[in-house]
Amino acid sequence: MAIFLSKESKVLVQGMTGSEGMKHTRRMLASGTDIVAGVNPRKAGHVIDFDVPQGASDLGGTPIAVPVFGTVRDAVEATGADVTVVFVPPPFAKAAVIEAADAGIGLAVVITEGIPVHDAVAFLAYAAARGTCVIGPNCPGLISPGQSNAGIIPADIATKPGRIGLVSKSGTLTYQLMYELRETGFSSAVGIGGDPVVGTTHIDCLAAFEEDPDTELIVLIGEIGGDAEERAAAYIADHVTKPVVGYIAGFTAPEGKTMGHAGAIVSGSSGTADAKKLALEAAGVRVGATPTETSRLVLARLAEAHG
Amino acid sequence: MDLYEHQARDLFADHGIPVPAAETVDSPREAREAAERLGGRVVVKAQVKTGGRGKAGGVKIAADPAAAEVTARQILGMDIKGHTVRKVMVAQPVDIEAEFYVSYVLDRAAGTFLAIASAEGGMDIEEVAASRPEAVARIHVDSAEGVTAAKAAEIAAAAGLPPETAPVIRSLWQVLVREDALLVEVNPLVRTAGGEILALDGKVTLDDNARFRQARWGSDAQDPHGDPLEAAAAAKGLNYVKLDGEVGIIGNGAGLVMSTLDVVAGCGARPANFLDIGGGASAQVMADGLSVILSDPAVKSVFVNVFGGITACDAVADGIVQALESVRLTKPLVVRLDGNNAARGRAILDGRAHPLVQQATTMDDAARQAADLAN
Repeated sequence: MAIFLSKESKVLVQGMTGSEGMKHTRRMLASGTDIVAGVNPRKAGHVIDFDVPQGASDLGGTPIAVPVFGTVRDAVEATGADVTVVFVPPPFAKAAVIEAADAGIGLAVVITEGIPVHDAVAFLAYAAARGTCVIGPNCPGLISPGQSNAGIIPADIATKPGRIGLVSKSGTLTYQLMYELRETGFSSAVGIGGDPVVGTTHIDCLAAFEEDPDTELIVLIGEIGGDAEERAAAYIADHVTKPVVGYIAGFTAPEGKTMGHAGAIVSGSSGTADAKKLALEAAGVRVGATPTETSRLVLARLAEAHG
Repeated sequence: MDLYEHQARDLFADHGIPVPAAETVDSPREAREAAERLGGRVVVKAQVKTGGRGKAGGVKIAADPAAAEVTARQILGMDIKGHTVRKVMVAQPVDIEAEFYVSYVLDRAAGTFLAIASAEGGMDIEEVAASRPEAVARIHVDSAEGVTAAKAAEIAAAAGLPPETAPVIRSLWQVLVREDALLVEVNPLVRTAGGEILALDGKVTLDDNARFRQARWGSDAQDPHGDPLEAAAAAKGLNYVKLDGEVGIIGNGAGLVMSTLDVVAGCGARPANFLDIGGGASAQVMADGLSVILSDPAVKSVFVNVFGGITACDAVADGIVQALESVRLTKPLVVRLDGNNAARGRAILDGRAHPLVQQATTMDDAARQAADLAN
């Protein structure tokens, strides 16, 4: 099964014809993603041929042709796309997500880094009101190994489908943990992004993994700032029956800038790594001191479960 | 990016929020001249981006222009929590009848902005919020609707503020939206003995991501008084933060670098810096990063921790080898390459056989080696 993304997902790419869009569309195709369309108003009607790198199975080395449409709506009508991956630059990202929501796209994965927070607040509210789920912004995307890959997670670090679900703020820590646990394999791994406001949260992913029959254990990776991990801990205590293993980065990171009095008043938490670790442990989550120890905890927990 | 009080004051004034008459100066003589123009008796306020400056002696009343000069001389150059005072604001004193608190801040959990207001403003607002939360009104603002006159009246009423504060509450929202701010705070917002509403002190944090559309955030908005190594790194476009330890750190990805600092600290050494070279890790970026770290006299060993994801490890190893051509290595370097093509990357570094470069296959082992070399 996996969460949010499966082999049935039909993926379109907004900003496909830019350099990042081209590079990562090629990589997504190589990992088996069903990419059905690109969107660029100035290149409507073009067809882009992608030479998929060697090693991709049953593609026979022939280029994969992806049609480009002028609007998301045209692309959805012609191809039935239900997922979009957004690479468009920051000044145009808000309009891109709003366009996707208006076209009825169910899942928008926003890779773009550097989007102004006021724009993110606006498009997240707009998408939520129209039933479009947003992952990101400023995130690596998500992968369901063996099925589909929407974003920039390098699929070849962990190709094996398995029973671990992973949710993380950080891209490289996601890759590190996926690599360490590649022999065990993943149902899905979701990089939710580390921006101050993001669409899909740790809690949304915990809820989805709890429901997913293919997921046996959940890995939650957090880092300093905000109180998302503390809220996730409270959610785990009340709603998650599957084992959860955690890792928090930033115990020795320099203290962040204070945000006046208002920051402390609003969150009620210092956002330190210690506070997050304690909250998770109080909810029964085992928290590793290093990424490697975290993967050992995962393996030990799985071994216990299989007695 | 946090603004100084005087910059926040100017933004407030630009958006029609009443502020006390004031001038910002950087010498005692100018402070005296400013006091003469402002009517003689003034408040001299240190301009630093930290709280608690009143308790540190950074805010003082001066009875006349000569006293303003003396006071400015005392305050300029003062160190307040590690911040050196380079400028003072000279302001007309205000007869305060009541102090209020108003702010808009990003509520990360709700994914929207929150208005916070209280009739008990002033220095103890955090204590008020903690001990008597009912004295602090918190109202979410729909970003599409914004703060209308009716919404501003609702916020004022909820906090028990007088209705004449509503225009300021509304204008403050305009500051937040038009200036791409993440936080705007007026504390205190005061009613004077004469019945005037004035923003006496303020904090504004701007969203660095919005720089592309905020042309007037010139370079003067940047803090020019940072650490020299941080300034050198910033000039090369590197994401570098100076720390107090001895192990230089280079890694790719903010999360992995933070994790690297933790693992090094767990081995009993102290990280000398945070440096995220991003996903690409080209030879040039590696060389720039190495040269900044090697120029830090506190550094005794360097730990390069790269996970090859999008960029494979052989390309990263090529980058390190090229960087070693242009940067003279003076301290031992521990490299940990893991991920895609790790074996090929390690072989490239083995082939280079630099006497000061050693490799480890795991992050934990590499951290231990780097820590041992620094201790």
